[in-house]
Parts: sequence; C-alpha cells; structure tokens
Amino acid sequence: MTPTELEQKSIEYRKKILKYIKQAKAGHTGGSLSCIDILNVLYNEVMNVGPDNFDSPDRDRYVQSKGHSVEALYVVLADQGFFPETDLETLCQYKSHYVGHPTRKVNGIEQNTGALGHGLAISAGMALAAKMDKKSYRVFTLLGDGELAEGSNWEAAMMIAHYKLDNLTAIVDRNMLQITDRTHNVLNTEPLEEKFKAFGWQVKEVNGHDFAGLTKVLKQGAFETGKPNLVIANTIKGKGISFMEDVLKWHHGVPDDEHYKQAQQELLDQELLFKAK
Amino acid sequence: MKDMELGIPNLVAFAETMEALAAEDKDIIAVTSDSRGSGKLKPFGERFPQQIVEVGIAEQNLVGMAAGLASTGKKVFAVSPSCFLTARSLEQIKNDVCYSDNPVNLVGISAGVSYGALGSTHHSIHDLAVLRAINNINIMVPADNFETQKAITTAAQLNEPTFIRFGKRPMYHLHSSATKFELGKGIKLKDGSDLAFVATGETVYHAYKAAEALEKDGTHCTVLSMHSIKPFDEALLLETANKCQAMITVEEHSIYGGLGELCASTLMQHGKALPLKIVGIPDEYTVTGPQVDIFNHYGISPEGLYQTAKSLLLSELST
Ligand SMILES: [Mg+2]
Repeated sequence: MTPTELEQKSIEYRKKILKYIKQAKAGHTGGSLSCIDILNVLYNEVMNVGPDNFDSPDRDRYVQSKGHSVEALYVVLADQGFFPETDLETLCQYKSHYVGHPTRKVNGIEQNTGALGHGLAISAGMALAAKMDKKSYRVFTLLGDGELAEGSNWEAAMMIAHYKLDNLTAIVDRNMLQITDRTHNVLNTEPLEEKFKAFGWQVKEVNGHDFAGLTKVLKQGAFETGKPNLVIANTIKGKGISFMEDVLKWHHGVPDDEHYKQAQQELLDQELLFKAK
Repeated sequence: MKDMELGIPNLVAFAETMEALAAEDKDIIAVTSDSRGSGKLKPFGERFPQQIVEVGIAEQNLVGMAAGLASTGKKVFAVSPSCFLTARSLEQIKNDVCYSDNPVNLVGISAGVSYGALGSTHHSIHDLAVLRAINNINIMVPADNFETQKAITTAAQLNEPTFIRFGKRPMYHLHSSATKFELGKGIKLKDGSDLAFVATGETVYHAYKAAEALEKDGTHCTVLSMHSIKPFDEALLLETANKCQAMITVEEHSIYGGLGELCASTLMQHGKALPLKIVGIPDEYTVTGPQVDIFNHYGISPEGLYQTAKSLLLSELST
C-alpha cells in the first residue's frame, strides 16, 4: 500500500475503533487512536503474518505489551481476515472472547497481555528461539511510554542486548500521557533514546502518524547487526479526533452520542478530503 | 519397602534427568537466573551449551522469556530458587505461562525451608498456596530421587504449564523402580487402618519413619506420598479416610493453602469427617537454622509426627 492508501485505511480503522468502543461502552479510546497507524503499517506493510500462515513457525510475531489498546488490534486483525468483523459486536460482553485485553482465544493474537511490562520479555524468548533455530522471522512488540516504568522491561532490555537479538523490534507508542497525567509528571521515563542506547540498543525516532516514515523504519530490519531495535514513535493520544487529541480524559473515555457523532463526522470529513485530492 | 538407602539430593536427580532428556531432545532448554550452580546444572551447561540460557539475576525476565521460548515449541525448564521463582515472578507465571498457556516447566529448587538458615527471604512456604489458586498449572512435589526423575520426565512429555519443587538434601529411596508414577495419582507407601499420614515432598520420609515407630506400638498406619498437588488424587484420599480412624497431613509449607487444607476441604466436601491434624509451618515469624532443626521445631520430624499421632489417637479415644 502507498502511504496515501495506508492513511485512508487508518481513517477506516479509527471509525471502527470508535464504533465498537461506543457499542461496548468500554475501551481504551486514546491509546487505540495513538497506536492504530503503527498497527496499520505493521500488518499491511511490514509483517509476514496473516490468517493463512498464523500456524507457521516461520511467521513474524507481534506481541502487544500495551494490551489495553486492544481495540486497535481487533480492528486490524478483522481487516486482515483473522475473524469476521461482526464478531466485534460482542466486545466486552458476557463470555465474548473479545475482552478488554488481548487473549489467544482470538485468532491472530499471539499472547495474552494486559498487565504491563510483560511483552518485551515474551518477545525476547520468541526472538531467541529464532536465533537458536536459525529462522529469519522477526518479532515486534508495542510498548506504552507509561509502561516503561515497569522494571521488568529493563530486565528484558538488558537480556535482549546481551543475546544480540537484532531480530526484535520494540516500538514505543510515545504519546506522553498515561492514566493519571502527563508521563513526565507521573514518572519521568525520559530520556528514552539515551536509556536504550546505554542498554545496547539501536534507536530510531519517527513520527508515529507518518506512514512513509513508519514503513521505512519498520521494514528496514536490523538497524545494526547484533543490536536490538527500538523505534520511538512520537504519537498523539486520541489522534484523528480534534477534541480527543492529547486530552487525558480520553484514556478510557467512552464517547457519548454527541461526541460520537462529532468524531465520526470528523473522520468522514477526512475521508472526503482524501477523495477530493 | 525394604532396605531404605540414602540416595542423592533431588536437586542432583533433577539435573541428571535433565541431561538424559537433553541428550535425546534438542528442544529441551534450561533457563537459569544465575542459578545454574544452585541448580546443579553446570555439567548440563558444559555438555549442552546450546540448550541452556542464562538471564542473570532477573526472575521476572526468566519466566516471561521462558514463556516466549515455549510459545515457539521449545520444552523449557525455568530453574530458580522456589522462593524467588514463585514470588518475584508470580505475575509472569500467572499471565505469561498459565493464562497464555505457554508450556513452561517451572522448577523451584531449594524449596520449603531448604535454605533454612538464610531467613524468610529464602524460605518458600507459600508456593503451593499461591500456585494452587492459579488456573492451568500442574503442581508436583516429589519425595525422593525416583519421584523427582519421574516428575521431570512426566513434565517434559506433558508439555503443559507445570511447577515442580524440591530441596537439596540427600533423600532416602522410598520406591522401587517398578513403582507406578502418574500425575494426579498419589502413591501408597504403607497400608494400615488406624492412622493415615498424608504427606508430600521431603516430609514423606519423616511420615514413613513415624509410621514405622507407631507400628512397633501396634498402631497400623497408611502412608501416602501425594507428589501431585494439582491435579490431586481425591479418590486415594477418600479411600484412605474411609479406612483410617484419623489423619495427619504433613508438608514443608505453610499450614495455610497447602496439602493440609487441600485434604480438609476435599474430605468435608465429600461429607467425610475424621480427626485431622495439619502439620506444617504455622503462621508466625519462621524460626531459622538448618532444615532439620526447623523440621524438629515444628514437629515435622519423625519424632514430632510420632507424638502428634499419639495425642491425636488419644484424644480420639477419649471422645
Ligand atoms: Mg502513554
């Protein structure tokens, strides 16, 4: 897909994220909107994984460490054909497999996550197994910036560099917000680049809503042979909806009827703008 | 059981079994957190350098990383002192292993009060209680070298989330090599209808010695080794309770949430009541010192169990 096509795709994804969160009356709206462009690029442009090869030991793997932004993942997986989108009508309902965090009950999901600070270590094991078996698959994990306060991330970061797992790419969805406040007010995790570099990683920074930039950096493979890859994706929480952008309350705010209408209208306008081009 | 001979530490039996398994299957991987020395895995590491992964002193990463490895089809044994493995990395066990159903074998070495003199930081008397409350994990507590070897090979074959814990002291052989070992089934070591000792792990031998002493007084005891805590052999427990007049459970674990309470709840829910005493570590600031002294202190020794049996039978007679 071209960056333009990807951008159009993201508008569609954002509509669906809001639709299902609105229906379920639950969800992590802001974070799903901040990471959706990253997931879009990963699944549509970068990763070798789909419903046809999900059982293959050679598939690329994606572990969503920031499990709470699961609505973004559901929408993308449905679009990839892992399950019918109508399944999402049951989001968060009694006995639905589409719960508020990823589980392997849902086709296309690699690992159950939700407690923060787990994805990087699991990804380390997957990437190490690839090295042991001389397989060429890649492992991607998506971390929140607030999540980086969890010490387990740094245990894993050290070990991943020690074992030179250059087939692993961690992406930080750096939207500078977490549930309580701005990340730097809650607990400053910066400077991220210097921290990861000191841990032995190669770090690249990218605009997390720039499709060409994301595609380039994520497609690249190992930035440097023998070093793990960190992509700091600078994002905006609530991206795409004017009144949600960078506003704390939309962390897990569910839009009411009026907000919902306005949000969908904004997305429709963005779409029309595209068609006019 | 005939002549009871002193064997090797279960820890060593574990390490030897791991070597035998690894020689046959290159997917067997040991993961250690600076624990290959404590886990007696140095020979394993020298013989199979491609099948051992060191993560340093980082138990959360030990278990999370092991889960990722296991997700790719590796048969992973994450080896660490039980005190750290089942506390520091409990959330990784709960989520990354059990909930995600990644078949990691968690090996809790120097469990219970094996590190008795090192203080409560190094005691592991909570592990059975916390893990019993987590869905999707087998729990095995082998009593001797034979049970250890069987527990490890069973775990490798099953390929399911499994926790196995044992100590580091040489253990007496309780079984012949013809004994049947199965996950979910206890083993009857001795048959008698006066009193039942239902024990697990390294305390089984003590229960057996107490039963031998009681035998001399004309009290006939059943002794069970309940190596499988989860799944649990309810049928054997109930059969034993129906036959015996009283029961003593024995474990190197808190009296809360371990074998004793498991037996009590199983019996009550099956409408079976009999005089019962739970012997283990009470809820207090745990005494320290060599494991054997801690056992003596809390009556987990052959002498202590003998006395407990006497008073339990006496109180039963007086009612
Ligand atoms: Mg954030």
